[in-house]
Amino acid sequence: MKHLHANAIALKTIVVKETLRFARIWIQTVLPPMITMSLYFIIFGGLIGSRIGEMEGIRYMDFIVPGLIMMAVITNAYSNVVSSFFSAKFQHHIEEMLVSPIPNSLIIIGFIGGGLLRGLTVGVAVTLVSLLFSPLAVHNLAVTLSVVLLTAILFSLAGLINGVFARTFDDIAIVPTFVLTPLTYLGGVFYSISLLPEFWQHVSLINPILYMVNAFRYGLLGVSDMNLWISYAIIIGFIIALYLFALYLMNKGYGIRK
Amino acid sequence: MTCALALRKLTKTYNHSLHALKGIDLEVQAGDFFALLGPNGAGKSTAIGIIASLINKSAGQVLIFGHDLDHELNAAKRCIGLVPQEFNFNNFEPVLEIVVNSGGYHGIPYKEACRRAEKYLKQLDLWERRKDIARNLSGGMKRRLMIARALVHEPQLLILDEPTAGVDIEIRRSMWDFLRTINREGRTIILTTHYLEEAENLCRNIAIIDHGEIIENTHMKGLLSKLSMETFVLDLARPLHEELSLPGHTLRRIDDMTLEVDIAKQTGLNQLFIDLTQKGVQVLSLRNKTNRLEQLFMNMVEESRAA
Repeated sequence: MKHLHANAIALKTIVVKETLRFARIWIQTVLPPMITMSLYFIIFGGLIGSRIGEMEGIRYMDFIVPGLIMMAVITNAYSNVVSSFFSAKFQHHIEEMLVSPIPNSLIIIGFIGGGLLRGLTVGVAVTLVSLLFSPLAVHNLAVTLSVVLLTAILFSLAGLINGVFARTFDDIAIVPTFVLTPLTYLGGVFYSISLLPEFWQHVSLINPILYMVNAFRYGLLGVSDMNLWISYAIIIGFIIALYLFALYLMNKGYGIRK
Repeated sequence: MTCALALRKLTKTYNHSLHALKGIDLEVQAGDFFALLGPNGAGKSTAIGIIASLINKSAGQVLIFGHDLDHELNAAKRCIGLVPQEFNFNNFEPVLEIVVNSGGYHGIPYKEACRRAEKYLKQLDLWERRKDIARNLSGGMKRRLMIARALVHEPQLLILDEPTAGVDIEIRRSMWDFLRTINREGRTIILTTHYLEEAENLCRNIAIIDHGEIIENTHMKGLLSKLSMETFVLDLARPLHEELSLPGHTLRRIDDMTLEVDIAKQTGLNQLFIDLTQKGVQVLSLRNKTNRLEQLFMNMVEESRAA
Protein backbone atom coordinates (compact mmCIF):
# COMPACT_ATOMS: atom_id res chain seq x y z
CA MET A 1 0.00 0.00 0.00
CA LYS A 2 2.84 2.34 0.94
CA HIS A 3 4.63 1.60 -2.32
CA LEU A 4 1.39 2.00 -4.26
CA HIS A 5 1.04 5.51 -2.83
CA ALA A 6 4.70 6.25 -3.60
CA ASN A 7 4.23 5.05 -7.18
CA ALA A 8 1.13 7.24 -7.58
CA ILE A 9 3.17 10.27 -6.46
CA ALA A 10 6.00 9.34 -8.86
CA LEU A 11 3.57 8.96 -11.77
CA LYS A 12 1.92 12.29 -10.96
CA THR A 13 5.36 13.93 -10.82
CA ILE A 14 6.27 12.70 -14.31
CA VAL A 15 2.91 13.70 -15.82
CA VAL A 16 3.00 17.18 -14.24
CA LYS A 17 6.62 17.66 -15.32
CA GLU A 18 5.81 16.59 -18.88
CA THR A 19 2.75 18.82 -18.99
CA LEU A 20 4.65 21.85 -17.68
CA ARG A 21 7.34 21.16 -20.26
CA PHE A 22 5.05 21.71 -23.25
CA ALA A 23 2.86 24.29 -21.49
CA ARG A 24 5.87 26.55 -20.80
CA ILE A 25 6.71 26.62 -24.48
CA TRP A 26 3.13 26.85 -25.80
CA ILE A 27 4.26 29.19 -28.54
CA GLN A 28 6.30 26.30 -29.95
CA THR A 29 3.91 23.49 -29.06
CA VAL A 30 0.28 24.65 -29.19
CA LEU A 31 0.22 27.72 -31.41
CA PRO A 32 1.90 26.33 -34.59
CA PRO A 33 -0.62 23.50 -35.16
CA MET A 34 -3.46 26.02 -34.74
CA ILE A 35 -1.95 28.22 -37.44
CA THR A 36 -1.15 25.27 -39.74
CA MET A 37 -4.65 23.86 -39.41
CA SER A 38 -6.18 27.30 -40.05
CA LEU A 39 -4.28 27.33 -43.35
CA TYR A 40 -5.56 23.84 -44.18
CA PHE A 41 -9.12 24.98 -43.46
CA ILE A 42 -8.74 28.09 -45.57
CA ILE A 43 -6.94 26.50 -48.52
CA PHE A 44 -8.31 22.96 -48.69
CA GLY A 45 -11.67 23.56 -47.06
CA GLY A 46 -12.50 27.07 -48.21
CA LEU A 47 -10.76 27.70 -51.53
CA ILE A 48 -10.43 24.20 -53.03
CA GLY A 49 -13.25 22.61 -51.04
CA SER A 50 -15.85 25.01 -52.45
CA ARG A 51 -15.06 23.61 -55.93
CA ILE A 52 -15.19 19.99 -54.74
CA GLY A 53 -18.65 20.28 -53.24
CA GLU A 54 -19.51 17.21 -51.20
CA MET A 55 -17.70 14.07 -50.09
CA GLU A 56 -19.77 11.06 -48.94
CA GLY A 57 -22.77 13.39 -48.94
CA ILE A 58 -21.09 15.85 -46.58
CA ARG A 59 -19.82 19.38 -47.32
CA TYR A 60 -16.08 19.05 -48.03
CA MET A 61 -15.09 21.53 -45.31
CA ASP A 62 -17.07 19.49 -42.74
CA PHE A 63 -15.59 16.25 -44.11
CA ILE A 64 -11.95 17.26 -43.54
CA VAL A 65 -12.45 18.66 -40.00
CA PRO A 66 -12.22 15.28 -38.17
CA GLY A 67 -9.15 14.26 -40.20
CA LEU A 68 -7.35 17.52 -39.52
CA ILE A 69 -8.11 17.36 -35.79
CA MET A 70 -6.85 13.78 -35.73
CA MET A 71 -3.74 14.75 -37.72
CA ALA A 72 -2.92 17.42 -35.12
CA VAL A 73 -3.49 14.98 -32.24
CA ILE A 74 -1.30 12.30 -33.84
CA THR A 75 1.65 14.52 -34.70
CA ASN A 76 1.62 16.36 -31.38
CA ALA A 77 1.24 13.30 -29.16
CA TYR A 78 4.10 11.68 -31.08
CA SER A 79 6.43 14.65 -31.20
CA ASN A 80 5.88 15.52 -27.54
CA VAL A 81 7.07 12.15 -26.30
CA VAL A 82 9.85 11.60 -28.82
CA SER A 83 11.39 15.01 -28.19
CA SER A 84 10.94 14.88 -24.42
CA PHE A 85 12.32 11.36 -24.06
CA PHE A 86 15.24 11.95 -26.40
CA SER A 87 16.05 15.25 -24.68
CA ALA A 88 16.00 13.46 -21.30
CA LYS A 89 18.39 10.89 -22.74
CA PHE A 90 20.58 13.49 -24.43
CA GLN A 91 20.91 15.63 -21.28
CA HIS A 92 21.11 12.48 -19.13
CA HIS A 93 18.29 13.62 -16.86
CA ILE A 94 16.46 10.40 -17.66
CA GLU A 95 18.91 9.09 -15.03
CA GLU A 96 16.91 10.95 -12.36
CA MET A 97 14.11 8.48 -13.02
CA LEU A 98 16.32 5.46 -13.61
CA VAL A 99 18.02 5.73 -10.20
CA SER A 100 14.71 6.19 -8.41
CA PRO A 101 12.41 3.32 -7.46
CA ILE A 102 9.84 3.99 -10.19
CA PRO A 103 8.83 0.86 -12.10
CA ASN A 104 9.59 1.13 -15.82
CA SER A 105 5.90 0.68 -16.59
CA LEU A 106 5.16 3.93 -14.73
CA ILE A 107 7.91 5.82 -16.55
CA ILE A 108 6.27 4.76 -19.81
CA ILE A 109 2.79 5.71 -18.58
CA GLY A 110 4.10 9.05 -17.30
CA PHE A 111 5.53 9.96 -20.70
CA ILE A 112 2.33 8.77 -22.39
CA GLY A 113 0.43 11.06 -20.01
CA GLY A 114 2.43 14.03 -21.27
CA GLY A 115 1.90 13.06 -24.91
CA LEU A 116 -1.78 12.43 -24.34
CA LEU A 117 -2.31 15.81 -22.69
CA ARG A 118 -0.46 17.67 -25.42
CA GLY A 119 -2.35 15.75 -28.11
CA LEU A 120 -5.67 16.59 -26.45
CA THR A 121 -4.73 20.22 -25.80
CA VAL A 122 -3.82 20.72 -29.44
CA GLY A 123 -6.88 18.72 -30.49
CA VAL A 124 -9.14 21.04 -28.52
CA ALA A 125 -7.30 24.11 -29.86
CA VAL A 126 -7.68 22.93 -33.47
CA THR A 127 -11.35 22.09 -32.83
CA LEU A 128 -11.88 25.66 -31.63
CA VAL A 129 -10.19 26.95 -34.80
CA SER A 130 -12.40 24.67 -36.91
CA LEU A 131 -15.50 26.35 -35.42
CA LEU A 132 -14.59 29.41 -37.48
CA PHE A 133 -15.11 27.33 -40.63
CA SER A 134 -17.50 24.53 -39.75
CA PRO A 135 -20.20 23.95 -37.11
CA LEU A 136 -19.23 21.33 -34.52
CA ALA A 137 -21.25 18.20 -34.99
CA VAL A 138 -20.92 15.27 -32.61
CA HIS A 139 -22.66 12.15 -33.83
CA ASN A 140 -21.41 9.91 -31.00
CA LEU A 141 -19.54 11.51 -28.09
CA ALA A 142 -18.30 8.22 -26.61
CA VAL A 143 -16.75 7.11 -29.91
CA THR A 144 -15.27 10.57 -30.52
CA LEU A 145 -13.61 10.77 -27.10
CA SER A 146 -12.48 7.14 -26.93
CA VAL A 147 -10.93 7.20 -30.41
CA VAL A 148 -9.05 10.44 -29.81
CA LEU A 149 -7.79 9.20 -26.42
CA LEU A 150 -6.69 5.82 -27.74
CA THR A 151 -5.03 7.36 -30.79
CA ALA A 152 -3.09 9.86 -28.66
CA ILE A 153 -1.95 6.99 -26.42
CA LEU A 154 -0.90 4.91 -29.42
CA PHE A 155 1.21 7.66 -30.95
CA SER A 156 2.69 8.66 -27.61
CA LEU A 157 3.92 5.08 -27.30
CA ALA A 158 5.28 5.15 -30.83
CA GLY A 159 7.08 8.42 -30.02
CA LEU A 160 8.58 6.89 -26.90
CA ILE A 161 9.94 3.92 -28.84
CA ASN A 162 11.42 6.30 -31.41
CA GLY A 163 12.98 8.23 -28.51
CA VAL A 164 14.50 5.05 -27.09
CA PHE A 165 16.14 4.15 -30.41
CA ALA A 166 17.16 7.70 -31.38
CA ARG A 167 20.85 8.51 -31.10
CA THR A 168 20.86 11.93 -32.77
CA PHE A 169 18.36 14.75 -33.27
CA ASP A 170 18.04 13.62 -36.90
CA ASP A 171 16.70 10.29 -35.68
CA ILE A 172 13.73 11.95 -34.00
CA ALA A 173 12.77 13.74 -37.22
CA ILE A 174 13.06 10.78 -39.60
CA VAL A 175 9.94 8.88 -38.56
CA PRO A 176 7.59 11.91 -38.43
CA THR A 177 8.86 13.15 -41.79
CA PHE A 178 9.13 9.95 -43.77
CA VAL A 179 6.56 7.71 -42.11
CA LEU A 180 4.01 9.58 -40.02
CA THR A 181 3.23 12.48 -42.35
CA PRO A 182 2.78 10.35 -45.52
CA LEU A 183 0.64 7.82 -43.65
CA THR A 184 -1.50 10.61 -42.24
CA TYR A 185 -1.99 12.29 -45.60
CA LEU A 186 -2.83 8.92 -47.15
CA GLY A 187 -5.03 8.00 -44.19
CA GLY A 188 -8.22 9.49 -45.54
CA VAL A 189 -7.85 12.95 -44.00
CA PHE A 190 -8.70 14.74 -47.25
CA TYR A 191 -10.63 12.08 -49.15
CA SER A 192 -12.74 8.99 -48.88
CA ILE A 193 -10.89 5.88 -49.99
CA SER A 194 -13.93 4.96 -52.08
CA LEU A 195 -12.57 7.54 -54.55
CA LEU A 196 -9.44 5.44 -55.10
CA PRO A 197 -9.06 2.69 -57.69
CA GLU A 198 -9.74 -0.75 -56.19
CA PHE A 199 -6.06 -1.70 -55.99
CA TRP A 200 -5.18 1.43 -54.00
CA GLN A 201 -8.20 0.92 -51.78
CA HIS A 202 -6.73 -2.45 -50.76
CA VAL A 203 -3.28 -0.91 -50.26
CA SER A 204 -4.83 1.78 -48.06
CA LEU A 205 -6.20 -0.86 -45.72
CA ILE A 206 -2.71 -1.59 -44.38
CA ASN A 207 -2.42 2.02 -43.18
CA PRO A 208 -3.48 2.03 -39.50
CA ILE A 209 -4.09 5.78 -39.51
CA LEU A 210 -6.93 5.24 -41.97
CA TYR A 211 -8.86 3.35 -39.28
CA MET A 212 -8.28 6.05 -36.66
CA VAL A 213 -9.30 8.93 -38.91
CA ASN A 214 -12.41 7.08 -40.05
CA ALA A 215 -13.41 6.02 -36.54
CA PHE A 216 -13.05 9.62 -35.39
CA ARG A 217 -14.99 10.86 -38.41
CA TYR A 218 -17.73 8.40 -37.51
CA GLY A 219 -17.80 9.84 -33.98
CA LEU A 220 -18.24 13.38 -35.28
CA LEU A 221 -20.15 12.97 -38.55
CA GLY A 222 -21.57 9.43 -38.46
CA VAL A 223 -19.84 8.41 -41.72
CA SER A 224 -16.89 6.09 -42.11
CA ASP A 225 -15.14 4.03 -44.78
CA MET A 226 -14.14 1.43 -42.21
CA ASN A 227 -15.94 -0.83 -39.77
CA LEU A 228 -15.86 0.85 -36.35
CA TRP A 229 -15.12 -2.32 -34.37
CA ILE A 230 -12.26 -3.30 -36.64
CA SER A 231 -10.88 0.19 -36.10
CA TYR A 232 -11.08 -0.23 -32.32
CA ALA A 233 -9.45 -3.67 -32.53
CA ILE A 234 -6.58 -2.31 -34.62
CA ILE A 235 -6.00 0.70 -32.37
CA ILE A 236 -6.10 -1.36 -29.16
CA GLY A 237 -3.97 -4.10 -30.72
CA PHE A 238 -1.31 -1.58 -31.67
CA ILE A 239 -1.40 -0.02 -28.19
CA ILE A 240 -0.85 -3.39 -26.51
CA ALA A 241 1.93 -4.39 -28.90
CA LEU A 242 3.74 -1.03 -28.64
CA TYR A 243 3.40 -0.90 -24.85
CA LEU A 244 4.86 -4.39 -24.46
CA PHE A 245 7.70 -3.51 -26.82
CA ALA A 246 8.41 -0.24 -24.97
CA LEU A 247 8.41 -2.10 -21.65
CA TYR A 248 10.79 -4.71 -23.04
CA LEU A 249 13.17 -1.98 -24.24
CA MET A 250 13.04 -0.16 -20.90
CA ASN A 251 13.62 -3.35 -18.93
CA LYS A 252 16.58 -4.22 -21.14
CA GLY A 253 17.83 -0.67 -20.74
CA TYR A 254 18.12 -0.28 -24.50
CA GLY A 255 19.60 3.11 -25.31
CA ILE A 256 19.43 4.27 -21.70
CA ARG A 257 21.63 1.85 -19.74
CA LYS A 258 25.11 0.73 -20.75
CA MET B 1 27.95 -3.88 11.97
CA THR B 2 25.54 -3.49 9.02
CA CYS B 3 27.05 -3.60 5.59
CA ALA B 4 25.94 -0.58 3.55
CA LEU B 5 27.37 -1.94 0.34
CA ALA B 6 28.72 -5.33 -0.63
CA LEU B 7 30.09 -6.12 -4.07
CA ARG B 8 30.73 -9.79 -4.76
CA LYS B 9 32.73 -10.83 -7.83
CA LEU B 10 31.35 -7.83 -9.67
CA THR B 11 32.23 -8.02 -13.34
CA LYS B 12 31.55 -5.74 -16.26
CA THR B 13 32.67 -6.43 -19.79
CA TYR B 14 31.82 -3.98 -22.56
CA ASN B 15 31.29 -5.38 -26.07
CA HIS B 16 32.66 -8.82 -25.05
CA SER B 17 36.18 -7.41 -24.98
CA LEU B 18 36.75 -4.46 -22.65
CA HIS B 19 36.98 -5.76 -19.09
CA ALA B 20 36.04 -2.70 -17.02
CA LEU B 21 35.59 -4.68 -13.77
CA LYS B 22 37.28 -8.03 -13.21
CA GLY B 23 35.29 -9.65 -10.42
CA ILE B 24 35.83 -7.11 -7.64
CA ASP B 25 34.89 -7.72 -4.01
CA LEU B 26 34.27 -4.77 -1.77
CA GLU B 27 32.44 -4.04 1.48
CA VAL B 28 31.54 -0.65 2.92
CA GLN B 29 30.21 -0.57 6.46
CA ALA B 30 27.20 1.54 7.46
CA GLY B 31 28.23 4.98 8.67
CA ASP B 32 31.59 4.89 6.92
CA PHE B 33 33.10 7.69 4.86
CA PHE B 34 34.74 5.62 2.15
CA ALA B 35 37.06 6.66 -0.67
CA LEU B 36 37.12 4.78 -3.95
CA LEU B 37 40.16 5.96 -5.83
CA GLY B 38 41.79 5.05 -9.10
CA PRO B 39 43.22 6.57 -12.25
CA ASN B 40 40.99 7.54 -15.16
CA GLY B 41 39.45 4.48 -16.75
CA ALA B 42 40.18 2.29 -13.72
CA GLY B 43 36.55 1.24 -13.32
CA LYS B 44 35.31 3.58 -10.56
CA SER B 45 32.46 5.13 -12.50
CA THR B 46 31.48 1.75 -13.95
CA ALA B 47 31.22 0.34 -10.42
CA ILE B 48 29.16 3.32 -9.30
CA GLY B 49 26.98 3.09 -12.40
CA ILE B 50 26.22 -0.55 -11.62
CA ILE B 51 25.46 0.19 -7.96
CA ALA B 52 23.08 2.98 -9.04
CA SER B 53 21.57 0.64 -11.66
CA LEU B 54 22.54 2.89 -14.55
CA ILE B 55 24.84 0.23 -15.98
CA ASN B 56 23.97 -3.44 -16.38
CA LYS B 57 26.54 -5.73 -14.76
CA SER B 58 27.94 -8.73 -16.60
CA ALA B 59 28.21 -10.92 -13.50
CA GLY B 60 28.43 -10.80 -9.73
CA GLN B 61 26.23 -9.53 -6.93
CA VAL B 62 25.48 -6.11 -5.47
CA LEU B 63 23.90 -5.80 -2.03
CA ILE B 64 22.80 -2.42 -0.70
CA PHE B 65 21.88 -2.57 2.98
CA GLY B 66 21.18 -6.25 2.35
CA HIS B 67 18.95 -5.66 -0.67
CA ASP B 68 20.12 -7.62 -3.70
CA LEU B 69 20.05 -5.48 -6.83
CA ASP B 70 18.82 -8.48 -8.83
CA HIS B 71 15.89 -9.33 -6.60
CA GLU B 72 15.00 -6.16 -4.64
CA LEU B 73 15.94 -3.45 -7.08
CA ASN B 74 13.49 -0.82 -5.88
CA ALA B 75 14.26 -1.42 -2.19
CA ALA B 76 17.96 -1.04 -3.03
CA LYS B 77 17.30 2.15 -5.02
CA ARG B 78 15.47 3.70 -2.07
CA CYS B 79 18.69 3.45 -0.04
CA ILE B 80 20.89 5.28 -2.55
CA GLY B 81 21.45 8.91 -3.39
CA LEU B 82 23.72 9.46 -6.38
CA VAL B 83 25.76 12.52 -7.28
CA PRO B 84 27.19 11.62 -10.67
CA GLN B 85 30.29 13.00 -12.32
CA GLU B 86 28.40 14.66 -15.19
CA PHE B 87 25.61 17.18 -14.68
CA ASN B 88 22.44 15.20 -15.29
CA PHE B 89 19.55 17.50 -14.58
CA ASN B 90 17.30 19.34 -16.99
CA ASN B 91 19.17 22.58 -17.65
CA PHE B 92 15.93 24.39 -18.45
CA GLU B 93 14.16 23.68 -15.18
CA PRO B 94 14.28 25.87 -12.07
CA VAL B 95 16.52 24.71 -9.22
CA LEU B 96 13.69 24.10 -6.74
CA GLU B 97 11.69 22.11 -9.27
CA ILE B 98 14.63 19.80 -9.97
CA VAL B 99 15.01 18.92 -6.31
CA VAL B 100 11.26 18.62 -5.60
CA ASN B 101 10.72 16.44 -8.69
CA SER B 102 13.47 14.11 -7.55
CA GLY B 103 11.56 13.74 -4.28
CA GLY B 104 8.44 13.00 -6.30
CA TYR B 105 10.20 10.23 -8.23
CA HIS B 106 11.00 8.66 -4.86
CA GLY B 107 7.36 8.86 -3.81
CA ILE B 108 7.71 11.75 -1.39
CA PRO B 109 4.54 13.86 -1.15
CA TYR B 110 4.86 17.32 -2.70
CA LYS B 111 4.71 19.33 0.55
CA GLU B 112 7.30 17.14 2.26
CA ALA B 113 9.53 17.26 -0.82
CA CYS B 114 9.29 21.08 -0.78
CA ARG B 115 10.20 21.15 2.94
CA ARG B 116 13.23 18.94 2.39
CA ALA B 117 14.27 20.84 -0.73
CA GLU B 118 14.24 24.06 1.29
CA LYS B 119 16.31 22.43 4.05
CA TYR B 120 19.03 21.11 1.74
CA LEU B 121 19.09 24.09 -0.62
CA LYS B 122 19.58 26.35 2.41
CA GLN B 123 22.32 24.11 3.81
CA LEU B 124 24.07 24.19 0.45
CA ASP B 125 23.63 27.96 -0.03
CA LEU B 126 21.33 27.62 -3.03
CA TRP B 127 18.02 28.76 -1.57
CA GLU B 128 18.41 32.28 -2.93
CA ARG B 129 18.82 30.79 -6.41
CA ARG B 130 15.87 28.39 -6.16
CA LYS B 131 13.87 30.10 -8.91
CA ASP B 132 16.79 30.32 -11.33
CA ILE B 133 16.98 28.09 -14.37
CA ALA B 134 19.68 25.48 -13.70
CA ARG B 135 21.80 26.37 -16.71
CA ASN B 136 22.34 29.86 -15.24
CA LEU B 137 24.14 28.44 -12.20
CA SER B 138 27.92 28.32 -11.89
CA GLY B 139 29.74 24.97 -11.98
CA GLY B 140 30.06 24.87 -8.19
CA MET B 141 26.37 25.64 -7.74
CA LYS B 142 25.43 22.89 -10.18
CA ARG B 143 27.50 20.41 -8.16
CA ARG B 144 25.74 21.51 -4.96
CA LEU B 145 22.37 21.26 -6.70
CA MET B 146 23.12 17.63 -7.51
CA ILE B 147 23.98 16.98 -3.85
CA ALA B 148 20.70 18.59 -2.71
CA ARG B 149 18.80 16.51 -5.27
CA ALA B 150 20.52 13.30 -4.13
CA LEU B 151 19.58 13.99 -0.52
CA VAL B 152 15.93 14.94 -0.91
CA HIS B 153 14.75 11.36 -0.34
CA GLU B 154 17.18 11.10 2.62
CA PRO B 155 19.07 8.02 1.45
CA GLN B 156 21.14 5.92 3.83
CA LEU B 157 23.96 5.70 1.30
CA LEU B 158 25.24 8.74 -0.59
CA ILE B 159 27.53 8.09 -3.54
CA LEU B 160 29.53 11.04 -4.81
CA ASP B 161 31.43 10.65 -8.06
CA GLU B 162 33.97 13.48 -8.13
CA PRO B 163 31.64 15.98 -6.45
CA THR B 164 34.15 18.80 -6.23
CA ALA B 165 35.58 18.61 -9.75
CA GLY B 166 36.08 22.15 -11.03
CA VAL B 167 34.93 23.73 -7.78
CA ASP B 168 36.97 26.54 -6.22
CA ILE B 169 38.76 25.86 -2.94
CA GLU B 170 36.40 27.92 -0.77
CA ILE B 171 33.30 26.10 -1.96
CA ARG B 172 35.15 22.80 -1.86
CA ARG B 173 35.94 23.34 1.84
CA SER B 174 32.33 24.26 2.60
CA MET B 175 31.21 21.11 0.76
CA TRP B 176 33.64 19.08 2.87
CA ASP B 177 32.10 20.54 6.04
CA PHE B 178 28.63 19.71 4.78
CA LEU B 179 29.60 16.13 3.89
CA ARG B 180 31.30 15.62 7.26
CA THR B 181 28.12 16.82 8.99
CA ILE B 182 25.78 14.48 7.14
CA ASN B 183 28.23 11.61 7.68
CA ARG B 184 28.27 12.36 11.43
CA GLU B 185 24.47 12.21 11.33
CA GLY B 186 24.82 8.57 10.27
CA ARG B 187 24.74 8.64 6.50
CA THR B 188 27.21 6.35 4.74
CA ILE B 189 29.22 8.14 2.07
CA ILE B 190 31.23 6.70 -0.79
CA LEU B 191 33.42 9.25 -2.54
CA THR B 192 35.49 9.12 -5.68
CA THR B 193 37.77 12.04 -6.31
CA HIS B 194 40.91 13.08 -8.11
CA TYR B 195 41.78 15.44 -5.25
CA LEU B 196 43.60 12.99 -3.00
CA GLU B 197 43.83 15.65 -0.32
CA GLU B 198 40.04 15.46 -0.25
CA ALA B 199 40.03 11.71 0.34
CA GLU B 200 42.74 12.01 2.99
CA ASN B 201 40.81 14.71 4.82
CA LEU B 202 37.37 13.16 4.67
CA CYS B 203 37.57 9.39 4.46
CA ARG B 204 38.22 6.74 7.07
CA ASN B 205 38.56 3.81 4.71
CA ILE B 206 39.84 3.56 1.19
CA ALA B 207 39.93 1.21 -1.78
CA ILE B 208 42.14 1.76 -4.79
CA ILE B 209 40.99 0.34 -8.10
CA ASP B 210 43.12 -0.01 -11.21
CA HIS B 211 42.44 -1.83 -14.46
CA GLY B 212 39.19 -3.17 -13.03
CA GLU B 213 40.76 -4.72 -9.94
CA ILE B 214 40.91 -3.64 -6.31
CA ILE B 215 44.61 -3.27 -5.55
CA GLU B 216 44.22 -1.92 -2.01
CA ASN B 217 41.38 -1.88 0.50
CA THR B 218 42.27 -0.67 3.96
CA HIS B 219 42.01 2.03 6.66
CA MET B 220 43.20 5.46 5.59
CA LYS B 221 45.52 5.73 8.62
CA GLY B 222 46.97 2.29 7.97
CA LEU B 223 47.60 3.18 4.35
CA LEU B 224 49.31 6.46 5.15
CA SER B 225 51.54 4.76 7.70
CA LYS B 226 53.03 2.74 4.83
CA LEU B 227 54.68 5.87 3.52
CA SER B 228 58.32 5.73 4.67
CA MET B 229 59.67 8.95 3.12
CA GLU B 230 58.20 12.40 2.76
CA THR B 231 59.47 15.33 0.72
CA PHE B 232 59.25 18.85 2.16
CA VAL B 233 59.76 22.19 0.43
CA LEU B 234 61.54 24.84 2.54
CA ASP B 235 61.19 28.55 1.74
CA LEU B 236 64.33 30.36 2.91
CA ALA B 237 64.66 33.78 4.55
CA ARG B 238 67.94 34.61 2.75
CA PRO B 239 69.28 33.50 -0.66
CA LEU B 240 71.41 30.38 -0.77
CA HIS B 241 73.89 30.53 -3.62
CA GLU B 242 75.56 27.11 -3.27
CA GLU B 243 74.52 23.51 -2.93
CA LEU B 244 74.14 22.54 0.72
CA SER B 245 74.86 19.13 2.19
CA LEU B 246 73.83 17.92 5.60
CA PRO B 247 74.83 14.47 6.87
CA GLY B 248 71.76 12.25 7.30
CA HIS B 249 69.53 14.36 4.99
CA THR B 250 69.02 14.41 1.23
CA LEU B 251 68.85 18.04 0.16
CA ARG B 252 68.28 19.64 -3.23
CA ARG B 253 68.59 23.34 -3.98
CA ILE B 254 65.72 24.25 -6.29
CA ASP B 255 66.61 27.94 -6.54
CA ASP B 256 68.29 30.57 -4.35
CA MET B 257 65.29 30.77 -2.02
CA THR B 258 64.02 27.18 -2.06
CA LEU B 259 65.28 23.84 -0.79
CA GLU B 260 63.77 20.37 -1.03
CA VAL B 261 64.47 17.73 1.57
CA ASP B 262 63.60 14.02 1.79
CA ILE B 263 63.01 12.86 5.37
CA ALA B 264 62.49 9.33 6.63
CA LYS B 265 59.21 9.21 8.57
CA GLN B 266 60.80 8.01 11.82
CA THR B 267 63.48 10.74 11.78
CA GLY B 268 61.30 13.75 12.54
CA LEU B 269 62.01 17.37 11.65
CA ASN B 270 63.82 18.63 14.80
CA GLN B 271 67.28 17.42 13.81
CA LEU B 272 66.89 18.94 10.35
CA PHE B 273 66.18 22.39 11.80
CA ILE B 274 69.07 22.09 14.27
CA ASP B 275 71.45 21.19 11.41
CA LEU B 276 70.11 23.98 9.16
CA THR B 277 70.44 26.56 11.95
CA GLN B 278 74.06 25.49 12.55
CA LYS B 279 74.74 26.13 8.83
CA GLY B 280 73.17 29.57 9.14
CA VAL B 281 70.14 28.70 7.00
CA GLN B 282 66.96 30.31 8.21
CA VAL B 283 63.66 28.72 7.12
CA LEU B 284 60.62 30.92 6.67
CA SER B 285 58.06 28.24 5.92
CA LEU B 286 57.71 24.55 5.15
CA ARG B 287 55.17 22.46 3.21
CA ASN B 288 54.69 18.97 1.87
CA LYS B 289 55.86 18.72 -1.73
CA THR B 290 53.11 16.29 -2.58
CA ASN B 291 50.06 15.16 -0.77
CA ARG B 292 50.96 12.03 1.22
CA LEU B 293 48.12 9.99 -0.22
CA GLU B 294 49.03 11.14 -3.70
CA GLN B 295 52.53 9.75 -3.25
CA LEU B 296 51.21 6.41 -2.01
CA PHE B 297 48.58 6.28 -4.73
CA MET B 298 51.20 6.77 -7.42
CA ASN B 299 53.46 4.13 -5.85
CA MET B 300 50.65 1.59 -5.69
CA VAL B 301 49.38 2.14 -9.18
CA GLU B 302 52.92 1.91 -10.55
CA GLU B 303 53.63 -1.27 -8.57
CA SER B 304 50.34 -2.78 -9.72
CA ARG B 305 51.14 -2.03 -13.34
CA ALA B 306 54.68 -3.35 -13.02
CA ALA B 307 53.31 -6.59 -11.53
